[in-house]
Amino acid sequence: MSGGNNTFLGMPAFPENAAAAVQNSQLRFNLRKATHTIRGKRAGVVAELPDWMELRQAGKEIKDHTLRNLERYLLQLEEAVTEAGGHVHWAADADEANRIVADLVKATGETSVVKVKSIATQEIGLNEALQAEGITAYETDLAELIVQLGDDWPSHILVPAIHRNRSEIREIFQDKMADWGRAAPEGLTDEPSALAEAARLHLRERFLSTKVAVSGANFMIAETGTLVILESEGNGRMCLTLPETLISVVGIEKLLPSWRDLEVFLQLLPRSSTGERMNPYTSAWTGAVEGQEFHLVLLDNGRTQVLADEVGRQALRCIRCSACLNVCPVYERAGGHSYGSVYPGPIGAILTPQLRGMSSAVDASLPYASTLCGACFEVCPVAIDIPEVLVHLRGKAPHARAERLGMRAAGWVLNRPGRLGRTQRLGSRLRRFVPKRLPGPLSGWTNTRDIPDIPAESFRDWWNRTDGGAR
Amino acid sequence: MSGGAAGPQPGLEPPAEARGRDSRDHRGPQASARSRELILSRIRAAVAGAPDVEITRAYRTSSDLAGVVELFAERVADYRAVVHVADPGEVAGVITSALERRAVTRVVVPDGLPAEWAAGVEAARVAEAVRSGSGAGAVRSVRDEPALSAAELDAVDGVITGCAVGIAETGTIVLDAGAAQGRRALTLVPDYHLCVVRVGQIVAGVPEAVARLDPVRPLTWISGPSATSDIELNRVEGVHGPRTLEVVIVR
Ligand code: SF4
Repeated sequence: MSGGNNTFLGMPAFPENAAAAVQNSQLRFNLRKATHTIRGKRAGVVAELPDWMELRQAGKEIKDHTLRNLERYLLQLEEAVTEAGGHVHWAADADEANRIVADLVKATGETSVVKVKSIATQEIGLNEALQAEGITAYETDLAELIVQLGDDWPSHILVPAIHRNRSEIREIFQDKMADWGRAAPEGLTDEPSALAEAARLHLRERFLSTKVAVSGANFMIAETGTLVILESEGNGRMCLTLPETLISVVGIEKLLPSWRDLEVFLQLLPRSSTGERMNPYTSAWTGAVEGQEFHLVLLDNGRTQVLADEVGRQALRCIRCSACLNVCPVYERAGGHSYGSVYPGPIGAILTPQLRGMSSAVDASLPYASTLCGACFEVCPVAIDIPEVLVHLRGKAPHARAERLGMRAAGWVLNRPGRLGRTQRLGSRLRRFVPKRLPGPLSGWTNTRDIPDIPAESFRDWWNRTDGGAR
Repeated sequence: MSGGAAGPQPGLEPPAEARGRDSRDHRGPQASARSRELILSRIRAAVAGAPDVEITRAYRTSSDLAGVVELFAERVADYRAVVHVADPGEVAGVITSALERRAVTRVVVPDGLPAEWAAGVEAARVAEAVRSGSGAGAVRSVRDEPALSAAELDAVDGVITGCAVGIAETGTIVLDAGAAQGRRALTLVPDYHLCVVRVGQIVAGVPEAVARLDPVRPLTWISGPSATSDIELNRVEGVHGPRTLEVVIVR
C-alpha cells in the first residue's frame, strides 16, 4: 500500500459511492439494524438524566472555552505531562506524526506494535507508514481486527465493522488469522461468542509479548497532564498496561482544561455513543506510570485550519460519539464508506472537507451529503450545529460550472420584474417541451425527483387578468 | 495493514503549507520544536479576536444519597455482573463460597488486602476438595511480589481486590492502584475479578466520583465485565478483560 495521505484522491465523490452503496442490501440491513438499535438505547439512557440539557450546554462551553484558549492549555498540558515523566512531541501534519512514531518505535529496537482503536492514527495513515519502515501494527479492537484482516475500511466510528455480518467475519477469521498470528480454532462457527473467543485467543499472546503500544485518547487534561481512554473490550487496557513503551497520538482539540471537566464528558460520551450508562472500561493515566515509558504526540494536521473558520470551528468540539451517524437518514442508506474518509456521517461531512480542504471532488461533494434535516444537531452531546456548518461549507465549495451558469441566469431573470414576466410567459408557451429528465450534470437532481410542472399561467399574469380572483 | 487495500485509502492530506516541506525536515527534537512554534502560531492567528466563553455548570453536582447502595447494586447487576450485599461479619464467608463456586485454584491477592477478606480466600478450597468433602486442598493465594510477569498473571484463575470509589447511578467501580487493588494489570489479565466495595466508598453520581479521585494515580473505571457489540451488535461478554465480574458490597 502506498503512503496514507493521498491514495484516497482517486476515490469517487459521494454521489457515486452512495449510489453503489444503496444497492447493497446486506449493508443497508446491517446499518439500519445497528443505527436503530443504538439510537433507541441512547434515547433511553439520555432520558434517565434530568440534567442532560445542562450537561450538553456545559460540554459545549467547556470545548469552546478550551478552543479559544488552546495555546495556553496545550502549554499547560505539555508541562504537566513532562513533569509526570512523559515526553511530548508536536506534529504539524500527518507525515511528521508518522515519522515521530516510526522513530520512537525504531529506538526501542522492536518491529511490531499493538494498537488501540484510534481514528486519529487512521486519519494520518499510520499503519501504512509504519509498514513502509518495516514495522507491523496490529489492531486489537475486535472490529478493527475484522477490518484489518479483511483488508477493508472502517464504516462507522463506534462499530467500524458494522458492514460485515457474522458469516463474513467467520470467513475472514478462518482465511486470514493464520497469516497474522495464531490461526482461528478448528470448526469455528459464526456464533458471536465463538468469534469473540477466537479473537481473544488470537490476540492474547500478542498482548503478552509485544513491547510497544500505540493509542489515541478521548480526552487530555491540561491541568494534570492526564490522558483518558474509554473502551469496551479491554484491548485498550491491555495495550495501556502491558507494553514497556506507550505512544499516544492525539489531536490538539481533544483537550479539556481541568480534571473536573471529566464529570461532564464521562456522562455525555458513553450515553451518546453506545447508549450505556457507562462503557465497560475507562483508563486514565498521567505521564509515565508503573514503570512504562510514555510519549505523547500532539497532532495538528489541519485542525488549526478548522479553528480559523468562525462557523466551521465548532466541528472541533466533536467527541466522536457517533450519535449523529445513528440518526442520519443519509448515512443509514449510504453507509460509512461513501464518505471517502475515516470520519463518516454528518460529522465527516463537515470535518473532512475542512481538514483536507475542498480541492478534490469527494471533499467538495461532502457538504451536499445531507438533507439538512437537523437530527444530528439535536442528538449531538456538544451541540454542534452540523446543518449550519454544512450550509456554510456549501457556500465555500467550488461550484460546478453548470450550477454557476444556472445561478447567473436565474439572477438575470429575477433581478427585473419585466424580464421575469416575459420569461415566465415564454416558459408557459414552451412547457410541453420540458423534458422529464434534465441532461448532463443536472441529471443528478432529476434522477431522484420529478421536474415540477410549469403552470399554464404565472401567478402574476393570473392576478392581473382576474384582479386577484375578483373577476 | 499487510497488502494493498480493497478500496482507496481514506487518509487525510496535510494542509497546504506543510505539503511543500521535505518530511526529513521533521526529524529530531529541533523539528518538533519548530512544529511546536508553527502549531502555536497557527492557533494564535486562528483565534485572534474571538470572544472567550464562560462555563456554566447548571448540571447536578451532588445527588441525594438515600437508596444509593440499592441503586449501585441494581446498576452493577444490569451489566450482568454477579452482586452480593453482605454484613461485615459475613464478608469472609461470601468470598469463600464465591471462589469455590467459581472453582478457582490460584488467586492473585494484592498488597493491603484486609485480613478478613484474605481469611475468606484462605478458607476456600479447590473444586476437588469441595466435591470430595476433604479438609485439604486450599486455594492458593498468589502475591504480586516480586511483580508477576504477564505470562504468570495469565496462568492464574482470578483476582480479588477492593476499590477506591463506586458510582451508584452508573454502576461503576473505580480502582486507583491503591491498597488492596494492586497495579492495573492484576485486574485485567485473569479471567475472573472479585471486587469488594464498602458502602462508604459508594457515591451517587459521576461528579462526586471525579471529585474524590486523584488523577495522578492510574485509574481504571469498570462498569461490568469486558464486552463487545462488534458482531452484528450482539453483546458478547469478555473479549480481553475478565469475562466474569463479581461484586461484594459490604454494609
Ligand atoms: S458531531 Fe456530535 S454527535 Fe456527531 S460524533 Fe461528534 S460529538 Fe457525536
